[in-house]
Amino acid sequence: MPFFAYTTVFLLIPTLVVVIGAFLDADNRPTLGNVSALTQPAVVRGLVQSVVLSAVTALGGAVIGGVLAYAVSTARPGSVTQRFFTSLCGVLAQFGGVALAFAFIASFSAQGLLSVLLSKVGMSTGGGLWLYEWDRGLMLVYLYFQIPLMLIVFLPAVEGLRPQWREATETLGGTTWTYWRRVAGPILLPSFVGATLLLFTNAFSAYSTAKALVPQANPLLPLQIGSSLSSEVILGQENIGKAMALEMVVVVAVVMALYAWLDKRAGRWMTR
Amino acid sequence: MSGRSTFRRRQRVFRWVTLTLLLAFFGLPLLGMLEFTLQGPGGNGRTLDTWRTLADVSQISLEYPALKEGFLASVGLAVVTPLIMLVLLVPTMTWVRLRLPGLSRTVEFVCLLPLTVPAIVLVVGLTPVYAWVYYLVGSSTMWLALAYVVLVLPYAYRSLDAGLRAIDVRTLSEAARSLGASWFTVMWRVVLPNLRTAVLSASFLSVALVLGEFTIASLFSKKNLQVAMYELGKSDAKISVAVGLAALVFGFVVLFAMSFVGTRPAGAGRIARLRRPRPAKETP
Repeated sequence: MPFFAYTTVFLLIPTLVVVIGAFLDADNRPTLGNVSALTQPAVVRGLVQSVVLSAVTALGGAVIGGVLAYAVSTARPGSVTQRFFTSLCGVLAQFGGVALAFAFIASFSAQGLLSVLLSKVGMSTGGGLWLYEWDRGLMLVYLYFQIPLMLIVFLPAVEGLRPQWREATETLGGTTWTYWRRVAGPILLPSFVGATLLLFTNAFSAYSTAKALVPQANPLLPLQIGSSLSSEVILGQENIGKAMALEMVVVVAVVMALYAWLDKRAGRWMTR
Repeated sequence: MSGRSTFRRRQRVFRWVTLTLLLAFFGLPLLGMLEFTLQGPGGNGRTLDTWRTLADVSQISLEYPALKEGFLASVGLAVVTPLIMLVLLVPTMTWVRLRLPGLSRTVEFVCLLPLTVPAIVLVVGLTPVYAWVYYLVGSSTMWLALAYVVLVLPYAYRSLDAGLRAIDVRTLSEAARSLGASWFTVMWRVVLPNLRTAVLSASFLSVALVLGEFTIASLFSKKNLQVAMYELGKSDAKISVAVGLAALVFGFVVLFAMSFVGTRPAGAGRIARLRRPRPAKETP
């Protein structure tokens, strides 16, 4: 079947190249040197910062995006509001990358709209340098595509909430709080956690936004892999890149396994 | 009854407050982009120069050849990638559903695998593969489509799978076969038309992904729209920001228009919603 031939060449072989290459030295002899190179402070810092950035933006994005998804779901199904927001979020979540980074650079440039607005209300943007720091500017920009993604993945779950369930709660004397605490909350929890994990991997594997925002520095793991590919400083360095790539795959695979398990649980209450 | 109406009112207020706040959050940087492109030289005054340049196709291709090259490459890739994806996936998935149901888990696993392999990792692994591709067929930017198909696999698989679930492929194909149709006719005239919406949404996802792709193109030193924008951003930020904004707006308009296609008019939709099959109770 052509399908299997194709995926073997363009998916399985690349994966194997990474997995095997991570354990080979420059002369193709097996070694653990690349893996032990992962303990270099710079690489460890890249991993830690990537994980922290992804976790914070995933949580923030999930909470804000979750509220947004609920707000959108209360609109009439098929209404313009709903279509408008799902389309907007679709664009921002998938289309972003370079354009998003530019949006923020332009807005926070010396004469940019937001710098001017903020300085009018007495807040200094500090020359806009904070925008290029991984734990401030990058987080803000990442949120800008995490929230829309949350809307897209979480909307089906909130739409699955039946009005009858709320009515049943009220008939039994429950308040809005009871409804959220005892009915909607537990039903939505697996989807919510699952979506959060998805946002995590999304931020963790993002490359273009960070690259466009901080082209020179390498605060994150994907950027480090990218620079290990494009700069051929030392021979044998490329296999360290493979080891870092393997490290990423391991992190993402663990998270996705959790996600798959939760997705199964979340499906229990959703009619198909 | 008054409790119900206060509830509805509260819900409406909550909805509008949330939506307005978030719209402001989404809108401000975009407005910032627009404002930036309208700034006159040195940040003084307003000018439409940037947009005038952008609207003038001949001037663009003369002054910014990289942009033109990247744009054409991206458009080409956006056509080729969904095509390869459909040719690869639709027959395979239909065939697996009809004849080899045992393979469905494998196909699903393979299709969802790219979710755990970030694009940047794929680049690392694809380097030797592409060395062969270049060696065998030349180093045109178009060959990026082969890698892009892998990137879109999970999304395409999901929507095609949903589409296939909704129709009874077995009955349809058996009916067609018994009327003397060849397998090609079955695919082309029976399965595909029934999968219209799924195929459309799968293709659209692929187009969006391809137009926004940066990682692979940039690391393989190929010029697509995003790479051209990125490189232009260093020398001529205004035109580059304008292109970015235009791309976002274009994407939004297409998605918004798409959201009206493929769904029936609201009335019919609501009836269909009512009729949505509930999980049938097993009656022995």
